[in-house]
Amino acid sequence: MSIDEQSRTTIRPGTIGDSPVRPDGIEKTQGSYEFSSDLSADGCLFGATLRSPHPSARIISIDLSAAWQINGVEAVITAEDVPGQLTYGLISQDQPVFASDVVRYVGEPVAAVAATDPETARRALDAITVTYELLEPLLDPEAAISGEREPIHPDGNLIRHQRIVHGDPDATGDIVVEGTYEIGMQDQAFLGLEAAIAHPDPGGDGVEMHVATQWLHEDQIQIAACLGFPVDKVRLVLGGVGGAFGAREDISLQVHTCLLALRLGRPVRMAYSRAESFLGHVHRHPATIWMRHHATADGDLVKVEARFVFDGGAYASTSSAVLVNGITMAQGPYRCPNGLVDGYAVRTNHLPCGAMRGFGAVQACFAYESQMDKLAAKCGLAPEELRLRNAMRTGDLLFTGQPVNNVAPVEECIRETAALPLPDEPVGGHAMADGSADAMKLPGGAGRTADAGDIVRGIGWGVSIKNLMFSETVDDFSTARCQLNDGVATIKFATAEVGQGFITIAAQIARTVLGIDEVVLDRIDTDIGSAGSTSASRQTWMSGGAVDAACRAARERMFEAVGAAHGIDPIRFVIDGTDVVDTAGDLRIPVIEASAGLEIDETLEYHHPPTEDLDENGQGNCHTAFAFVAHRAVVDVDIELGLVKVIQIATAQDVGNALNPLAVVGQIEGGIAQGLGLALMEEIIQIDGVIRNGNFTDYLLPTFLDMPPVEITLIEQPDPHAPLGAKGVGEPPCISPTPAIVAAIRDALEQAGVPKPLNRVPVRPSDICL
Amino acid sequence: MSNEFFTLRVNGVDHEVADSWLGESLLDVLRDRVGLMGSKGACTQGECGSCSVLVDESLVCSCLVMGATAVDQEIVTIEGVAPIGAPSDVQQAFVDAGAVQCGFCTPGLVMAVHDLLERTQAPTDTEIREELAGNVCRCTGYGRIIDAVQQVAVLRGSRP
Repeated sequence: MSIDEQSRTTIRPGTIGDSPVRPDGIEKTQGSYEFSSDLSADGCLFGATLRSPHPSARIISIDLSAAWQINGVEAVITAEDVPGQLTYGLISQDQPVFASDVVRYVGEPVAAVAATDPETARRALDAITVTYELLEPLLDPEAAISGEREPIHPDGNLIRHQRIVHGDPDATGDIVVEGTYEIGMQDQAFLGLEAAIAHPDPGGDGVEMHVATQWLHEDQIQIAACLGFPVDKVRLVLGGVGGAFGAREDISLQVHTCLLALRLGRPVRMAYSRAESFLGHVHRHPATIWMRHHATADGDLVKVEARFVFDGGAYASTSSAVLVNGITMAQGPYRCPNGLVDGYAVRTNHLPCGAMRGFGAVQACFAYESQMDKLAAKCGLAPEELRLRNAMRTGDLLFTGQPVNNVAPVEECIRETAALPLPDEPVGGHAMADGSADAMKLPGGAGRTADAGDIVRGIGWGVSIKNLMFSETVDDFSTARCQLNDGVATIKFATAEVGQGFITIAAQIARTVLGIDEVVLDRIDTDIGSAGSTSASRQTWMSGGAVDAACRAARERMFEAVGAAHGIDPIRFVIDGTDVVDTAGDLRIPVIEASAGLEIDETLEYHHPPTEDLDENGQGNCHTAFAFVAHRAVVDVDIELGLVKVIQIATAQDVGNALNPLAVVGQIEGGIAQGLGLALMEEIIQIDGVIRNGNFTDYLLPTFLDMPPVEITLIEQPDPHAPLGAKGVGEPPCISPTPAIVAAIRDALEQAGVPKPLNRVPVRPSDICL
Repeated sequence: MSNEFFTLRVNGVDHEVADSWLGESLLDVLRDRVGLMGSKGACTQGECGSCSVLVDESLVCSCLVMGATAVDQEIVTIEGVAPIGAPSDVQQAFVDAGAVQCGFCTPGLVMAVHDLLERTQAPTDTEIREELAGNVCRCTGYGRIIDAVQQVAVLRGSRP
């Protein structure tokens, strides 16, 4: 970590640029913070969901009678009990609340029960008899594209096809490299499992639900439609969220929980197990990406050709937006005059896929960065030299024809990363105090499966571009309210705090703008306008912008009041520290005094500028803003056993303005861990459409021993388009560590004289050693 | 669902547990019968450490221990580490170091770190990583947690 502490010494504690602690931090360390899975209520019943065991089948009959006979079972519901819209979905409403005619993936909900305790609910599920006629599942994305298979859904097997033609599609280069890359299905694996509690209104014409989600207002709309209620009859409150990473952007248990509660007129809680969580939320799209890069002999990019296939699984979710992110990032953070890109998002009988941190950009990056390494080798350039040569700058065009109008310090990201020190430890680590080798420093760790003599160290690079906020004409906005009285600001928003720390920076913004110390954060719920989703690296920019705007409006009211009292034009006032100061006179009043007795109450929305749709050639200004990052990975590889230990990740990230440097570091390190997971161990395995590793014993997550030290430089060039100069920092750190680590493994194998393509992530030991 | 009564001694207080089914995990008994919600369940397979508690001074995953077998033993949960509002040095260091994001893993990690520092006053980086490898965190990438552990070790080491 190399944050310039010196420049921050003049910052007033708790304001922008400082790193105050999380307001919920102590509670979380003491176990007293209430997560959604900790919620209960008197007389509360427990819900459970019956799911399809088949990837594709026709439902012949559902017999609920035995379930109803179990003592303690209070409700058993199916599709027949859905009073409103029978389907839901984020972009298209194509996913049934309960399957009624066919099931399209293993885990699709068929029925739900409510009982007096969780065990009885589980027994009730066992007592339901569903008779299925098995159908041949559609599992090959190419068969979904070709049209050779009958549609498995009324909306068809092709969720979206989009091509991009930019510049001269016939251009060629002196040097051509080509490859096909595969990315496995990654799980968000938040630790706090899906959970909610629904309280029906007396009379049953409304419901209040406390739920862990990323977007309260979108849930509200989808739930209300399925319940057949006006939107305002569904009130949502954010339950404590134990991580999200995209997996809570779609509906999971929300509608089921509300249906059961309304049916019974009693509070109902639902909570998924880990196994059910793997089935109950969307995942990162597995993808197959072909790319062909053309360059001059000197290494200047001439053209990128690409074909993307994203397997969306059974329902659309956000697949069409994931696809657009992927294909519009095909060139990476590099200038390139010509592009020809074809992209497909398809429907299969696999688990549904949607949002996960990085959202399409992750898949694209593994392909284009692997290609850049091939190109560098063929041009005789070091990987970082080729990247510097082609580094995108402000004003350069994407293949969509959209200029990158943001600060674009790609070159600085690469140079600053390169300037970070390489690890000083030799292969195998320093000897321990007693002179023996430190086995924990070897690939394979304490198992001592590696012989230090067989280990080769490699270095690899990954650089990436990520679009920030929503794209393609979505009117993306956030709402905030600021009440100011007696030097205390009360801030309200519907922004889902999922662990990222928005609540911390919301208070920092209020303290900075208003010149106060005391900020009260109101409950996060649907009593205020939407904040949009906690996704797309957007809340610092969007909800930060809304809080900033609301606080500025409140400050204006205060300046007007002070101006009226002292006969001074309010335009002359500024905040200096915690005082209101007349810039053209001597007046200086503490804000606590200036706001005494005032009843200021301002609610504002922040909207980002409109974006455009893509035309049939993929042209259009479809994105809002962009952020960049570089990663350099150092790995030790046991060539014989195929084991990898990541020794260090160095990174320089384009953050605009670090509002809370410690929180930024937390996002960077956490994101890198997820990128490392995708590179080396994380993949949901499905065989014949059946998940084989839906648990934490078999789905591997990086531990303390897998994560290396991270060296960080923050590139702080405030973005003039961002309300606070700050870019979102959540997604970029998880995008390019994956190709950097794989490139480092390839480098080690090359040095050992056993080169391997490693065109697929996660890289398995057998990919290295066989 | 045979009903048995047994008594658990948790954080120095005896709790009579009714309505527990034999075989119910200590984690579920603590949360659903005793009402101590601080221990978290995230995998129920002993893989993530979110449910870590001390049983007779041994750090265990409470999801892997049967509640009824923990009778006559001293159980310490996150609620027993420090009074609400008066955090332990480890708890305070987690917050100060930026080791808390979503916080779901945090109670289990706090238990594990207290246990580590009881046994090893000045752990090396490798010792910290090895000792805590049974606790998964999905948010932080572990860097700030290691920082928090080192801060506490230094502070404790500087005490007279």
